[in-house]
Amino acid sequence: MAESGDVVARFRGPRGEIMAKPIELEINGRRYAVQSDPDTPLLAALRDELGLTGAKYGCGEGQCGACTVLIGGLARRSCQVPVSAAAAKPITTIEGLEKDGQLHPVQQAFLDAGAFQCAYCTPGMILSSVGLLSANPNPTSAEIVQSLQGNLCRCGTHPRIVAAVHHAAKSMQERGR
Amino acid sequence: MSGSSVKFVPEPERYEFTAGPMHHFELARRDFFKFLGAGIAVFAVAKDSLAKQETAPTHGFHQEELPQDITAWLHIGEDGNVTAFTGKVEIGQNIRTSLAQTVADELRVPFESVTMVTADTALTPFDFGTVGSRSMPTMSPQLRRVASSARDLLVGAAAKEWNVAVEGLVAANGKVTDPATGRSVSYAELAHGKTLARNLPAEDPVTPPDQWTIAGQPIPKKDGRTFVTGKHQYTPDIRRPGMLYGKVLRPPSFHATLTSFDAKAAQAMSGVIVVRDGDFVAVAASNEREAGKALEGIHTEWKEIPQTSSKELFSLLKQNASTKSDERSRKSKGSVEDGLLAATHRLDATYTVAFIAHAPLEPRAAVAEWSDGKLTVWTGSQRPFAVRDELADVFHVAESNVRVIVPDTGSAYGGKHTGDAALEAARLARAAGRPVRVVWTREEEFTWAYFRPAGVMEIKSGVAADGTLTAWEFHNYNSGMSAIETPYIVPNQHIQFHSTDCPLRSGSYRGLAATGNFFARESHMDELAHAAQIDSLEFRLKNLSDPRLRAVFETAAKSFGWPRKKTREGQGFGIAGGFEKGGYVATCAEVAADRPSGAVQVVRMTTAFECGAIVNPDGLRHQVIGANIQGLGGALFESIEFENGHITNPRFSRYRVPRFRDLPEIEAVLLDRKDLPSAGAGETPIMAVAPAIGNAIFHATGTRLRALPMVPHGLPTAKA
Repeated sequence: MAESGDVVARFRGPRGEIMAKPIELEINGRRYAVQSDPDTPLLAALRDELGLTGAKYGCGEGQCGACTVLIGGLARRSCQVPVSAAAAKPITTIEGLEKDGQLHPVQQAFLDAGAFQCAYCTPGMILSSVGLLSANPNPTSAEIVQSLQGNLCRCGTHPRIVAAVHHAAKSMQERGR
Repeated sequence: MSGSSVKFVPEPERYEFTAGPMHHFELARRDFFKFLGAGIAVFAVAKDSLAKQETAPTHGFHQEELPQDITAWLHIGEDGNVTAFTGKVEIGQNIRTSLAQTVADELRVPFESVTMVTADTALTPFDFGTVGSRSMPTMSPQLRRVASSARDLLVGAAAKEWNVAVEGLVAANGKVTDPATGRSVSYAELAHGKTLARNLPAEDPVTPPDQWTIAGQPIPKKDGRTFVTGKHQYTPDIRRPGMLYGKVLRPPSFHATLTSFDAKAAQAMSGVIVVRDGDFVAVAASNEREAGKALEGIHTEWKEIPQTSSKELFSLLKQNASTKSDERSRKSKGSVEDGLLAATHRLDATYTVAFIAHAPLEPRAAVAEWSDGKLTVWTGSQRPFAVRDELADVFHVAESNVRVIVPDTGSAYGGKHTGDAALEAARLARAAGRPVRVVWTREEEFTWAYFRPAGVMEIKSGVAADGTLTAWEFHNYNSGMSAIETPYIVPNQHIQFHSTDCPLRSGSYRGLAATGNFFARESHMDELAHAAQIDSLEFRLKNLSDPRLRAVFETAAKSFGWPRKKTREGQGFGIAGGFEKGGYVATCAEVAADRPSGAVQVVRMTTAFECGAIVNPDGLRHQVIGANIQGLGGALFESIEFENGHITNPRFSRYRVPRFRDLPEIEAVLLDRKDLPSAGAGETPIMAVAPAIGNAIFHATGTRLRALPMVPHGLPTAKA
C-alpha cells in the first residue's frame, strides 16, 4: 500500500537540498507529482502544495472530520494519512465533486437544505456523506448519525445535515446512480 | 431592563471587550466614486441617533468620545447593481444575507442585485465589532434608512426627468414607474452618468415590517454555492505570492518568561526566519513542516511561576473576590432580611460554571503582508477595526497604513475579538520581508485563546405559602453581569457582582455571563417551585408580569406539552426561560437518565424565541437551533481543565463538544412580532438550555445538579 513511500530515493534539489522523489497522486481524476516528504499528512500536501484548500485543518488528530476526503471511495481523515499511503488510490476532494458545472447530488442537497452556517465543516460533511451513500444508498437516520459522528459542526447545523443526506439519498436513487 | 422597576445602570459587561479609540474614515468621497464608478451614493453619518449605538461602546459609556463618523453606505452603480458597505463580519450567523435582504427590501430591488461588502477596514465604515447581538438592532435599521434615502433620490431623479411630482411615482423591482402614464425608468438608467452623494437625512421613514416583501422571507445564504464546492477562501486558505508559514514557540506555561534562547540550529536551516522579540519567539519557513522542524531547532529556557488548578477554582474565585464594590455592580430594593422573615420556604444554594472554550472549527489564523511600509492582514476576527488599531499601535504605523480584511470566517461565538494571530503573522512578515501565514493548531486554540469565564453564583431566596416570591439575593463571583437581574417580581432583592482575580485569560462567549446567571436563577426557581409544591411553569407565571416573557414561556410549554407525566423510569421534564439583549427565550427539555450507567441523554427540546420582527426566519431558525445544540456542550460536558499554568485537555479527544449522537429532537418556535424592532438572535437562545436540562434531570432522578457542566462523567453516584 505504501509502495511509493518504500521506494523513495533521496536526491539533491536545485539548491543542493535533499529532496524526496516526487510522489504521484491521482486527485479528482488528475495526476499530480507531490514533492512533500512521504510522511507529510495528505492534508498539508493538498492544501499547501497543490492549493486544494477545500479540505480544512480543524484538529490534526482525526477528531473533527473537517479534512475528510475520499481515498479509494472511502471517507478518510486526510490529516491522518501520509501522502505515501495515498499514492495508490484515486482521491476525491470537494473540488472534484462538481461535474461539468453540475453539483453532486449531496452538494445540491446541502445547498437546498441550507445545511451549513459558517460552513467550515461543510466539505468534510459532504465527503463523509458521499462515502456513506456509496456504501449504503438508503441509510436510516441512525446510520447517518453513526456515520457522521466523527464530523464536528460547532454551529449546530446537525439536524439539517441529516435531512440533507436523506434528500441526497432520495435524489441519487431517483437518478438511478 | 424592562423586567424591573428599579433604575439600574450596571458596570459595562467586563467580558465584552469595549474599549475603542476614535476613528476617521480615510476614503474621501471623491475617491469613493473613483473606486466604485459613477452612480448614486448615500451615507449614514454617526451623529444620527441610531448610528451612534454602533460606533459607541454598546453600553452607552463614554458618550463624549463619540466619533462623528460614517457608519454605513450604499452605492447604486450605472449597471443598477447595488453595493452596501458595513464593517460587520460574517461568521456563520448569516448577516451578509439578512442585511442584503434589508437593503433589497427597502430599496425595492431584487435580492440578487445587492452585494454586501463587509469587514474590510479600507473599504467599509468603522464598526465597533460584530458583538453583543447588535448587528440586527443597529446595523439593519441604518442600512434600511440609507436604502430608503437612496430610493427617495431615485424617485426624485425620475420625477425631475418627467417633470412630474414625486408623490404619484412608484419604486419597485429596480425601477421607478409613473402609474399615470405607464412609463418607467430603471435605477441603472437613473444612476447613469451621475456622481450623486447624499448624507442620510435625519428623518427618513422606512417600510414597516408588515409591508416587507424581501425581508421576512427565508432566503437562502448568499454565495451558498461557494461553500458547498469548497471554493470559499477562509483565512487559512489564503496564499500570497512568496508566502512563508509561521509558527510561534509557546511558553511552557502561562506567564512564563524567557531566560535563555539559542536558535543556532534553526537559523542554520535554509530558508528559515527566526524572530525573538522579548518573550515572543517564532519562525517562518517555506512550509508548515519546515516551520515545525525549525521550532525544534530552538532551545529556550523559561522562568515559570507556580499557579492554581481547576480543582480549587471555585473556592479561589470567592477567596479572591474584591472587597470593594461600587454602585454599578450592585442593586438593592426593599429588605431581603424582611422578605426572608416573611417567607414560608427559604432556600440558599450555590451554583458554579466552569471555564469553557469556544472551539470554533476554523482556528485563529492570519496572513500578513508588508509592502512599502503598509501592512495588509487577512484574519478571522469579530473586530477588524480593533485589530487594525492593535497592529498600528504595536508596529508604530499610522492606522491609515494598516488594512484588515476579514474573509467570511469559520465561526467565532465571541471567541475572536482579539488580533493575536494577526500580530504574530505581521511580526514574522516584517522580519521575513515576505507575506507570512500563521494558523493556530487546535492545541494552541485550546490553550492560548481566551475562555468563557468561570463563576460562582449564590442565591438566597424566600417564597410565601401562596407561591409569591418574597426575597431574592443573588451574587455572581467573576463570571459577569449579563442577565444578573431577575425578571420575576420580587419586592425585596439584592443583586451583586463581585470581581475577582481570574486565573485564566477570559473574554466574551456567546451569551456572556447570562448562561451561568440563567442557570443559577432558573435552577433555583425550579427548586423553589418544588419547595412550594407548585408546577414549575405555574410558579414562574405567578411571579411574572412581562408579557413578552410570559408569551415565550406559554408558547414553549404549549408546543412541548407542559406539564407532562413520566411514562417510564428515568424520564424527566424541565423548563427555563428569561430575556437578554432584546430577545425572549423559553426552553423545555426532556431527558432520559440511566441510573446504573450514569448516562444522560437529552431526548427532546422545544425552544420558543421572540426577538421582534423576524428578518429571515430560515436564518433565525439556524441561530436558535444552533445555539440550543451548542448549549448542550456547556450544559453537559464541556470544561477547560488546568493545572499549574497548563491546560490539561487541549484537544477534541479530551474536550467533549456536542456530536451527532448527542442530539435531541429539537423544535424552534419563532414568535414574529412585526410591531417591534428586530433584535439580535445569536446569543439569547443558548441561555435557557442548561437550566431546562438540569431541571429535567432533577425531575428524572431527584438529583439537583448545580454545577456546569452537569454530567462530564455521567450522573454523580451519591444522592444529592
